[in-house]
Amino acid sequence: MQGNVACAEGALAAGCSFFGGYPITPSTEIAEHMALKLPKAGGVFLQMEDEIGSIAAVIGASWTGARAMTATSGPGFSLMMENIGFAAMTETPCVIVNVQRGGPSTGQPTMSGQADMLQCRFGSHGDYSIIALSPESVQEMYELSVMAFNLADRFRVPVFLMADEIIGHLRERIEIPDSVQRVERRPLNQGDLPFHPGEDLVPGFPRFGSGFKVHVTGLTHDERGYPCTTNPKVHEELVKRLVEKVESKRHEIADYRVTNPDAERVFVTYGSPSRSVEQVIHDNPGEEIGHLRFRVVWPFPEDALREFKDAKAFFVPEQNLGQIAREIERHTSVPVIRLPRFGGSLHTPEELTSALGAFK
Amino acid sequence: MRADRLPHIFCSGCGNGTVLNCTLNAVDQMGWKKEETVFVSGIGCSSRAPGYILADSLHTTHGRALAFATGIKMAKPELHVVVLTGDGDLAAIGGNHFIHACRRNIDLSVVCMNNMIYGMTGGQVSPTTPRTALSTTTPYGSAEPAFDLCELAIAAGANYVSRWTSFHVKELTRAILAGLRIPGLSFIEALSQCPTNFGKRNKFRQAMDQVEYFKTHGILIEKVQRLREEGKDIPPDAIVLGEMIRRNRPAMGVRK
Repeated sequence: MQGNVACAEGALAAGCSFFGGYPITPSTEIAEHMALKLPKAGGVFLQMEDEIGSIAAVIGASWTGARAMTATSGPGFSLMMENIGFAAMTETPCVIVNVQRGGPSTGQPTMSGQADMLQCRFGSHGDYSIIALSPESVQEMYELSVMAFNLADRFRVPVFLMADEIIGHLRERIEIPDSVQRVERRPLNQGDLPFHPGEDLVPGFPRFGSGFKVHVTGLTHDERGYPCTTNPKVHEELVKRLVEKVESKRHEIADYRVTNPDAERVFVTYGSPSRSVEQVIHDNPGEEIGHLRFRVVWPFPEDALREFKDAKAFFVPEQNLGQIAREIERHTSVPVIRLPRFGGSLHTPEELTSALGAFK
Repeated sequence: MRADRLPHIFCSGCGNGTVLNCTLNAVDQMGWKKEETVFVSGIGCSSRAPGYILADSLHTTHGRALAFATGIKMAKPELHVVVLTGDGDLAAIGGNHFIHACRRNIDLSVVCMNNMIYGMTGGQVSPTTPRTALSTTTPYGSAEPAFDLCELAIAAGANYVSRWTSFHVKELTRAILAGLRIPGLSFIEALSQCPTNFGKRNKFRQAMDQVEYFKTHGILIEKVQRLREEGKDIPPDAIVLGEMIRRNRPAMGVRK
């Protein structure tokens, strides 16, 4: 199965019933597969007039209680940014897949990239927080697609599945479970204010059409949902909560894989570069080479770095100039070696091996 | 209405309250329950209206109300969805969503409070500002021709299109009511006076001066057609009013 198709199949298994999208390479197969399958599953597929409309329709559908998603790549992702901020501000669960290609601008439409990793975290204006996942295989395109919907509903945030062209277009054999676990969004209790955070900082969801008569706005709002744009305290409390509800749960959200935790030289990866590292470890059985692989990139699971107590250096192969290497540097005193790879191809095992050698 | 949200933000003399009143009157006549009616808007003075209505409402980003409404209506056709928008929101930044919502002919009712100006940001030129009119960004008079939103909606495929003004309260209410009844996209343009940011710069010293202008310059579409057939001139500053189209193109998102 192709990675993009596996992503769509994961979404369907998770109960996604609304897809709004716009064709863009290299993500289009996700839309095509949803167009094929969703109507037969009783869902709605809409090809919108642009990516701004796509994410808008997804947010609208989510307020009716539907599990809703869109899929895109660089240029379309940039167009979605304003409404992603709206989703963050209004605490609308939604899943956004970005099958990354080479940028900036139109860049390399058919080649792989990972240079939208900071954009997905910080791309819309204002302070907020989100969750981002990164798959390294077709199997994970399926699994993380399911996980994205559960996290979106659990935390009421936009969740990003930050794939790349190599994984999106990869074909591998995968195992599809008979059923998948679903974590539903908590409904609003009768009598509660619609934006009252509750204990875990995530308000209950007042689905449209269920009698709550809720006003939802991108303006700074109080717990009733009413605009309250000039009271500094209301703004501070709201924005801090939007960030804290995710950041305070980073340990719960964290998902990573550790190989050889006693190693001194440690690769840190997410997405397709992980595969090159796995090849290096496979080819050098006698050498102690560590590997930390993030399946969740945001909120950044900095505790994972401490799994490698003897680490003398972190090697970070990325298909960008070091976007996550920069984040790693913020959390460790160990040297961080950036290994950027451009042009859309994978790092070769040889270049990674020689990078290790150069550090000796 | 949400009494706990008052006072509202509309300036004294603003026409938007009248248009909102007509809209809610029409919704009331339809007997739509609050629990099954959603109001959606974008950004601008007009788009603040849903915040005062006691029903589910989504106050979205600038120009995108129709795209959000499309998602709501297609995901749950049982809901009645009314979009409240303005000339800047709908015709400038939201123009693409407007034509495609009309083309899809989604079962939405769109009421556009057209005050021919960007009111909330202090009076800048909009796509419907009449040529030569003054605004803060056309201090020497607008050089651009104005959009005819009704012609646009007709060309793009809306099932029902009508234009009235804040003076024509009964006609406007009837037009919105017709729009709510008709499956597919209904577009009702309501010219609305803006004494604060349009009137004061364009020779309408009092709010009522512009309302009076709507009254004296309004001309029914039927009369326009008759004048055309007779080969007579139509006054250049005439405001064409009435039902522009009512048809039955295939529609999407219609409640079963």
